[in-house]
Amino acid sequence: MSESSIAHVPHPNLPPPSNSIGAIGWVRHNLLSSPLNIALTLLAIWLLYLIIPPILRWAIIDATWSGDNREACHPGGACWVFIQVHFGQFMYGFYPDGQRWRVDLTALLLIFGAAPLFMHAVSNRLKVRLGLGLLVIYPVIAFFLLKGGSFGLPVVETSQWGGLLLTLVIAGVGMTAALPLGILLALGRRSRLPAIQTLCVTFIEFWRGVPLITVLFMSSVMLPLFLPAGMNFDKLLRALIGVTLFQSAYMAEVVRGGLQAIPKGQVEAAAALGLGYWKTMGLIVLPQALKLVIPGIVNTFIALFKDTSLVLIIGLFDLMNMVHNATTNPDWLGFSTEGYVFAAAVYWLFCFNMSHFSQKLEKRLHTGHKR
Amino acid sequence: MAEHAPAPVKPPFWNDPQVRAIAFQVIALVVTVAFGLYIFHNTQLNLRRLGIASGFDFLSSPSGFDIIQTLIPYSPTSNYGQVFWVALLNTLLVSALGIVLATLLGFIVGIARLSKNWLVAKLALIYIETFRNIPLLLQIFFWYFAVLRAVPAPRQSLSLGDAVFLNIRGLYMPAPQFQPGFGWVLVALAIAIGLVWWLKRWAWQRQMATGQAFPILRTSLALLLGLPLVVFWLAGSPLHWQLPELRGFNFQGGWVVIPEMASLLLALSVYTATFIAEIVRSGIQAVSHGQTEASLSLGLNSSLTLRLVVLPQALRVIIPPLTNQYLNLTKNSSLAAAIGYPDLVAAFAGTTLNQTGQAIECIAITMAVYLTISLLISLGMNWYNRRVALVER
Repeated sequence: MSESSIAHVPHPNLPPPSNSIGAIGWVRHNLLSSPLNIALTLLAIWLLYLIIPPILRWAIIDATWSGDNREACHPGGACWVFIQVHFGQFMYGFYPDGQRWRVDLTALLLIFGAAPLFMHAVSNRLKVRLGLGLLVIYPVIAFFLLKGGSFGLPVVETSQWGGLLLTLVIAGVGMTAALPLGILLALGRRSRLPAIQTLCVTFIEFWRGVPLITVLFMSSVMLPLFLPAGMNFDKLLRALIGVTLFQSAYMAEVVRGGLQAIPKGQVEAAAALGLGYWKTMGLIVLPQALKLVIPGIVNTFIALFKDTSLVLIIGLFDLMNMVHNATTNPDWLGFSTEGYVFAAAVYWLFCFNMSHFSQKLEKRLHTGHKR
Repeated sequence: MAEHAPAPVKPPFWNDPQVRAIAFQVIALVVTVAFGLYIFHNTQLNLRRLGIASGFDFLSSPSGFDIIQTLIPYSPTSNYGQVFWVALLNTLLVSALGIVLATLLGFIVGIARLSKNWLVAKLALIYIETFRNIPLLLQIFFWYFAVLRAVPAPRQSLSLGDAVFLNIRGLYMPAPQFQPGFGWVLVALAIAIGLVWWLKRWAWQRQMATGQAFPILRTSLALLLGLPLVVFWLAGSPLHWQLPELRGFNFQGGWVVIPEMASLLLALSVYTATFIAEIVRSGIQAVSHGQTEASLSLGLNSSLTLRLVVLPQALRVIIPPLTNQYLNLTKNSSLAAAIGYPDLVAAFAGTTLNQTGQAIECIAITMAVYLTISLLISLGMNWYNRRVALVER
């Protein structure tokens, strides 16, 4: 009996077959696992071949990047000179050249004011104060900066505002005004008082049932009829009222979803502690409900941002209308593709980042509400 | 006072919840009614000042303008009431076609998004993320002003087998012309539908009684296609195709899809399909994997599992948001006004309003139509929800 014959040394595991790991394994598993899968892969590659090379050739390889008039452009490729020449218009609209620093300053204030809200190092308390400050004080500062008329700034009429500036103004005002209005409407819809409930339900269902474009039509042709003679509203303000009322109805439905998700025990516990209606809602129910529906709120914001392009219908010169206007300029006919691709890229950047942010937020706030 | 009265103090009346409830409601109602009266009063004054007679009499006066696409007979001598019907039908047409196309595209992309094939799933994702984040109006403009303006003039039309032509005036297709005997084909189709319905019931009863399955799908298809075809042949093929022909500067005859409609339809279906795709994906993912495993362990094969277990449960999740998207698409079709497709908003709330000055009536009718559509759809939705709701103990 020799020791060596008994000693049992397990053979080390063999490495997995080389074609099931690494790049080859990944390709086999994800692209070529079955005949159908192979066919789909080929189809997808063919589609990519059809789409990608012509786009690359048009947008980059054959494109013209610099110059100052249309003669500089090669035929066949994109003419980004068109965007370069009109860039100022697309951003500021008809805002006077010498005053554009005011728009830049307003934007910088917002960026630096809002940046701490997205930092982890800043305490929540400070964030809330800063957020409230941004909501209450910033709009006033921005209005005086943009409109002028005081502190020695010349007046710039709202009819001169345009481009991305106007898009952001409409989206920003719509968002900040629609959220509180929407919360009130949602509370009203969940109220036990029949008259209040009926009023809110009627309001919400009315605005949700009609297209935004008819609302804008209404605000431009019917609002002047509703007001006493001689009282005249700014065109921008009329559009803002229409957009805000429309969006607040959608916001109300989102918030209602959150309110319904809060268990009744929360309200009963608050009542047992002796809190009244507004304290129950403001301290107990709304903080939980709003946290639940943040993704929905952001989605409403995205929809609002995209909907701002509709103000073109009533003759406001937002980004969309500035681009459209530039493509119909007789000196620059034939560059509509470039114009629309540029506008699409700008809108896409804003919307995509917002939706990305909301997804991240959803993951971070997912702190075990859902069972 | 309080120290003299040990009995519980009745709160002052302004703190009584019931009094408060009534007071709040009365205040809300009074404010609403006052606001309404104020607006009504202003409107009356303004109308009198501008010399506009309110009322719906304008609907019977002649319109005097032509419409580029009409589904019912219409001419500039027709009245504004007919403009309304033409416009409404145009809206319904583009919405219905858009719903069909968007559903098809959305389901394909939504299923592709769940594909095990990495490339296909990523392509679907890129499609969704691209088109969902670009405003619909921009997409409509892109198709209308950038793409469809680039197609050739009528004389250099792109053609497909001398039957379908594409040029800057639109897409021309052969139109079917029904000859007298065609009614019999329709009758045959109706009979086939009735037979299929009866067959389905009979097969179900037989399966319940004996356990024997009947190849219902194949038989129904054969019935639905075969019977009308046989009758069509017997009746002497009572159907002719009218081909579009180049006459002078443009094509005559056949069916034409005007560029306004084509770009609106393209943009609406491409945009809405992204939302439908996400709805389909989340609906399928909402069915727990245990359901599939349980069904496979019962011996159902994968296609039966999909048809009898996964899809019915996924549809319960998919259909409510899906109808919401249909409603959105219908409302979004009003963007037609921006490119001049004669829908309700463009032809009625636009041209008619501008010509007659009857702002309140035109906008009110337009809004009422959209409200009715959305009300009908949500009623149907509620009915469906009640039907498919989970029946629990």
